Amino acid sequence: MQRRDFFKNFTAAIPTGRAQATPTTGLTKYSGTWGNAQVLHLLRRTIFGVKQSDISTFKSLGLDGAVNKLLAIDNSVPSPPVNYYSNGTTIIDLLVPAGQTWVNSPFNGDLSYYRRRSVKMWWIGMMQNDKTIREKMVLFWQNHFSTEGEIIYYEQFVYKMNALLRKHCLGNFKTMIKDVTIDPGMLRYLNGYLNTKTAPDENYGRELQELFTVGKGKDSHYTEDDVKNAAKILTGWRIDYTTGNSYFDQNKHETNNKQFSSFYNSTLITGKTGASGAQETDELITMIFQQNEVSKFICRKLYRWFVYYDIDATVETNVIEPLATIFRNNNYDIKPVIETLLKSEHFYDSLSMGCQIKSPIDYVLDFCNQTEIVMPSSSEYVKNYNIWGSMQSYAAVMQQDINDPPNVSGWPSYYQEPQFYEIWINSDTFPKRLTFAYLLLYTGTTISGHKVMIDVLALADKIPDVSDPVKLVDNLTELFLAVSVSSGVKAIIKSALLSGQSSDYYWTNAWNAYKADPNDLTNKNYCTNVLKAALKYIFELPEYQLN
Amino acid sequence: MKRRTFIKRTAPVAALPVLINGISLKSHASSALLRLLAAKAENDRVLILVQLNGGNDGLNTIIPLDQYTNLTTARSNIIIPSSKVLKLNNFDKTGLHPAMSDLQNLFNNEASLNIVQAVGYPSPNFSHFRATDIWLSASDSKQYISSGWLGRYLDDAYPGFPDNYPNTDMPDPLAITIGGVVSPALQGPDVNMGMAISNPTSFYNFAEGVADPVPNTPAGKELAYLRLIANQTDKYADRVKVTYNASTTKTSKFPASGNYLADQLKIVARLIAGGLKTKIYVVSLGGFDTHSSQVSSSGGTETGSHADLLSRVSVAVGAFMDECKLHGVSDKVAGMIYSEFGRRILSNASMGTDHGAAGPVIVFGTQVNRTVIGSNPTIPSTVTVNDNVAMQNDFRQIYYSTLVQWFGLSKSEADSIMLKNFDTLPIFKTTSGFNNSLPAEITQIENYPNPFDNSTAIKFETKGGRVQIKVFDAIGNEIKTLVDKTIAAGSHEILFEAHGLPAGNYYYNVLSGNTSISKAMLKK
Repeated sequence: MQRRDFFKNFTAAIPTGRAQATPTTGLTKYSGTWGNAQVLHLLRRTIFGVKQSDISTFKSLGLDGAVNKLLAIDNSVPSPPVNYYSNGTTIIDLLVPAGQTWVNSPFNGDLSYYRRRSVKMWWIGMMQNDKTIREKMVLFWQNHFSTEGEIIYYEQFVYKMNALLRKHCLGNFKTMIKDVTIDPGMLRYLNGYLNTKTAPDENYGRELQELFTVGKGKDSHYTEDDVKNAAKILTGWRIDYTTGNSYFDQNKHETNNKQFSSFYNSTLITGKTGASGAQETDELITMIFQQNEVSKFICRKLYRWFVYYDIDATVETNVIEPLATIFRNNNYDIKPVIETLLKSEHFYDSLSMGCQIKSPIDYVLDFCNQTEIVMPSSSEYVKNYNIWGSMQSYAAVMQQDINDPPNVSGWPSYYQEPQFYEIWINSDTFPKRLTFAYLLLYTGTTISGHKVMIDVLALADKIPDVSDPVKLVDNLTELFLAVSVSSGVKAIIKSALLSGQSSDYYWTNAWNAYKADPNDLTNKNYCTNVLKAALKYIFELPEYQLN
Repeated sequence: MKRRTFIKRTAPVAALPVLINGISLKSHASSALLRLLAAKAENDRVLILVQLNGGNDGLNTIIPLDQYTNLTTARSNIIIPSSKVLKLNNFDKTGLHPAMSDLQNLFNNEASLNIVQAVGYPSPNFSHFRATDIWLSASDSKQYISSGWLGRYLDDAYPGFPDNYPNTDMPDPLAITIGGVVSPALQGPDVNMGMAISNPTSFYNFAEGVADPVPNTPAGKELAYLRLIANQTDKYADRVKVTYNASTTKTSKFPASGNYLADQLKIVARLIAGGLKTKIYVVSLGGFDTHSSQVSSSGGTETGSHADLLSRVSVAVGAFMDECKLHGVSDKVAGMIYSEFGRRILSNASMGTDHGAAGPVIVFGTQVNRTVIGSNPTIPSTVTVNDNVAMQNDFRQIYYSTLVQWFGLSKSEADSIMLKNFDTLPIFKTTSGFNNSLPAEITQIENYPNPFDNSTAIKFETKGGRVQIKVFDAIGNEIKTLVDKTIAAGSHEILFEAHGLPAGNYYYNVLSGNTSISKAMLKK
C-alpha cells in the first residue's frame, strides 16, 4: 500500500484544465541571457537529439549566430535512398545493384514495400545526422501535407514527395502549394488523378482548403460549393507513370465557369478550354492566397510545432497575427517567419520552455543522439539502414509512423483539442517508451550484427566534471531534462551513483580508478552499473518526456 | 467547464431501474449497502463503440431495395446487384451488403441487431475531422465542445476521477481504447477518462520516487499529465493482466490474421469474459474514405475494397458475439457501429463516392430490439452532386437512448450529459426511462403537389401526439421547422412555403413518437 499512498500524494497535486500562466511576450527580439538553458531550448525544438558537444558549439555563436546556423540548411539534393534490401535469394533487384539508388528505376511491385521502407530508413538517417532545422521542417510539412506511402504505393512518388517537401521546407509556401497540388504522390493520395469533368472527385479540392491553406479556424468560411468548384477547377490532372510526372489532360477538364462564395470575394474563375485549362489551378491558388486566413492558419501550425499548442487570445494577438503579417509581407516565404519566431522574446520566455511532450520521433532520435549511440561506419549501409529501420519501427509502435501518418489530417497531437501533444502518451505508448530506453540501456539489441546499446562510460566521459558526482548529476539532468528538477530528485540520482553510500568520493575514486586503468574490470563494472542505475532513473522520470 | 460546476449525482448509481422489495432504489440512494448493490448492477453493462473511420458508404451497406431504380441511376458504376443483397426477415425492402452475412445472421437468427436508418444531424459537416469531433463530442454542427459524450457520462458516473480511483466500487479502468491512441469520445470535462491498451499482458513498472511539485506553467500542466498516465497505468496494469489471463478465447470464429477489428474485439471479449468491470471499450477500423475504387472493376461490384471492409466488420462482430455467448456474458454487452458521415448518393467517375451526410448506425447485442428504425432513405429520380441522404434520426438520439435504456440514467441525467433533451429511439428491449408514451403511428405521409412551384402541402394522419416536421435542403441544411407541437388525432395538412428558395431536391422529416420518416420533394 505504500505505493498507492505515494501515488495518492502526487495525484492530489495535479492541476486540471488549461495552465493558468501562459506567456504574454511577443515577437520582440530576445535580448536576455544566452546561457545553456536558452541554447538547449533552441536545439531541442529544432534538431533531433542534442549532444553535450552541441551546447558549447551553439552557445559560442550567440543568439543570431545560432539561429542563423540552424537556418542555413543545405539546399542541395541529398544522395537518395539505396537498395539495402537485396539478399541474393528471396529478394532480388535485377535493375538496381546493392548500395545503389533505385529512385530512377521503374516501379517494381515486388520491391515496392522494401523501397518505401528504405525511404523511411533513409529519412531517419537524415534526421539523426543533420544539425540544421531542415529535418524538423520536413517532418512539419509531412504532417501538414499528410500523405500515406501505403496508399500512394508507388515508391518513386513516395520519395518524390519527401524530396519536394525538403526542397521547399524553408522556401516559398505558395510555390510549394502549387507543386504539391500537382505532385504525383498527392494526386494519387487524394484521387486528383481520377478527378474528371463527368463527376468530379472532391477529395483534394476540399483538403486544399480545409487542411492545406485557409484551414477551419473561426474566420474561415469557405462553403461546400467552394469545395465543389475547386474540385472542378482541378479536373484533368493526370499522372504519366512512365516519366513519373503529372500532366494536364484537357479532355478531362471541366470548362464551365466556377463561381466562388463571398468568402473568396465572389471570385469568378472563367472556365478555359484546351491546355489553358491548367491555368485555372494557378488562379485558384492566387484566389485562396488573397485570404489572410492562409497566413494565420500556417503560423498557428508552426507555433504548435515549435512552441506550444495552447493558442489563447494573447498568443493570437502577440504572436500569431504579427507572424502572419510577416509571412504575407514576405510573399509567403517561410524562412523569415521561422527566424523571427526563433529569435523572439516569446520563444525564450521561460513559460515556453519544457512544455512540449516529445513526439515518438523526437523521443527515439533524441534518445539515441543524446546517449551517443554508436552507428556503424557509413560504408556499412545495410547495417545503417536496418538500424534506422528499427528506430523507425519503434517510433511507429509509439504511434508515429513517418510517411504513413494516420490520415490526411496528419497526427492528432497537432490538431486534436483539447489534448494535443498529450495524445502521444497513454497507458499503451508510455510503457513502450520506457521499455525502449531500458532495452538500449541494459540489454542492447543486435541489428545486422551490430550491437546497438548505450556505452555509458563513453557517454559519461563526455560530460563535464564527470568525476564530481554533484556536478555530474547537474550536467546530466541539464542535458537530458527540459525542466529543472529539485535537489530531492538530484539526491536520488546521486545516491544511485554512490551506490547508496553517503560520501561523494565513492564515485570520484571509482571513476578516477577506472580512467587510470580502463581494463580493470572491478572499477569498470562498478562505474557501468551505477551509471546505468542513475540514467535509468532519469529516463523513467516523467520529466524526460518533455522537450 | 470547471469540474465542480458540473452537477454531480450524490450516489454513483442513483438512477438505476433496480427495485428492492418493490421500492425504487433511487429513494435508498443514501444507503451505502444499496449503493454497493446498485454499483454492481450498473457495472454489469458494457458498451462497445465500433468506429468506422473515413465515412462509410451507408447506401451500399444498408441497401434500400425499394429505391433501387433511382439508386441505380445515381450510382450505376458501384451499385450492388439486387439479387446479391442479403435479406432481412420481415424487412423485405431493406437489405445488407453481400459481404455481411454474419450481421445478417445476427439479425435473422440471433435477434441481436438493430439498424437505425439515415442517422445524422442538421447542417452536416463534410470534413473528416470536424465531423468526427461532432460525433464524438455530440455537439451541434456549429457548436464546439472539447469533451466527449462518453467522457461526460463517465465523469458523471464516477465523480472525481482520477482522484481516489481505483476503489472497491470501481477497481478497473473506466474505459479502454484498444490500440495506441485513446478516443476523444472518452475526453471528460477535465481529463480523458480512458486508457489505451494494445497488449493486455505488457506494461512497465513505473518508478517510485520524489515527485516535485508541479508548477503552474504549461510545462507543469504537461508534467502533471505524464504523471497521471504513469500512475494510472501502474494502478490498472495488474487488473488488466489478471482478467485477461483469467479467460481464454473459446470461439473459432475470430480470423487468425488480416482482420484488425477482429483482433481488437478479441481482446475486448477476453477482458469482459475475465471479469473486467470497464464500462466502455472503443475499437475502430480505418479505410472507409472510399473516394475511388470502392468496388472491384473486374470482380463484380459486390467485391472490392468496400466489400472487404464490411466483411471485416461483419466477421469481427459476429465472432465477438459468439465469443460472448460462449462465455455467458452476451446479455451485458452492446455495441454501436457508426461512421463520421455517410457518402454522397451520386457516385463519382472514379468508382467511388465523396463525403456525404446521413448514414445508418448498427447496434448489436442480445438486448437490442431486432428491427429497422426509420424508413429507407428516399432517392430522387434525378440526383445531382449536391444531393445527400437526408437525416431521419439524430445521432444524439441513439446516444441518448443508450444512456437511458442501456445505462439506466434518468432523462434529466441524460439531458445534462447530452447537453439537451433528445427523443429516444426503440433501440434496447428495456423500457426503463423510455417515456415515448405517444402513439407511434403516423401514416399516409405525402406532399402535394410534387414537384411544386412555390409551395406544397404535407399531409399525414396521426393518432394524436407530438408531431415535428422539418425541411432540409439537399445538402442537409435545416430550412425550417414547419410544426413542432401536439396535434389531435386525424388527418392534417401543413403548408411548406418555398418562395425564394432555389430549385432542387428538398427533404422533409416527420417525427412523432418512435416514428421518424424522411421523404424527398422537388422544387421546380
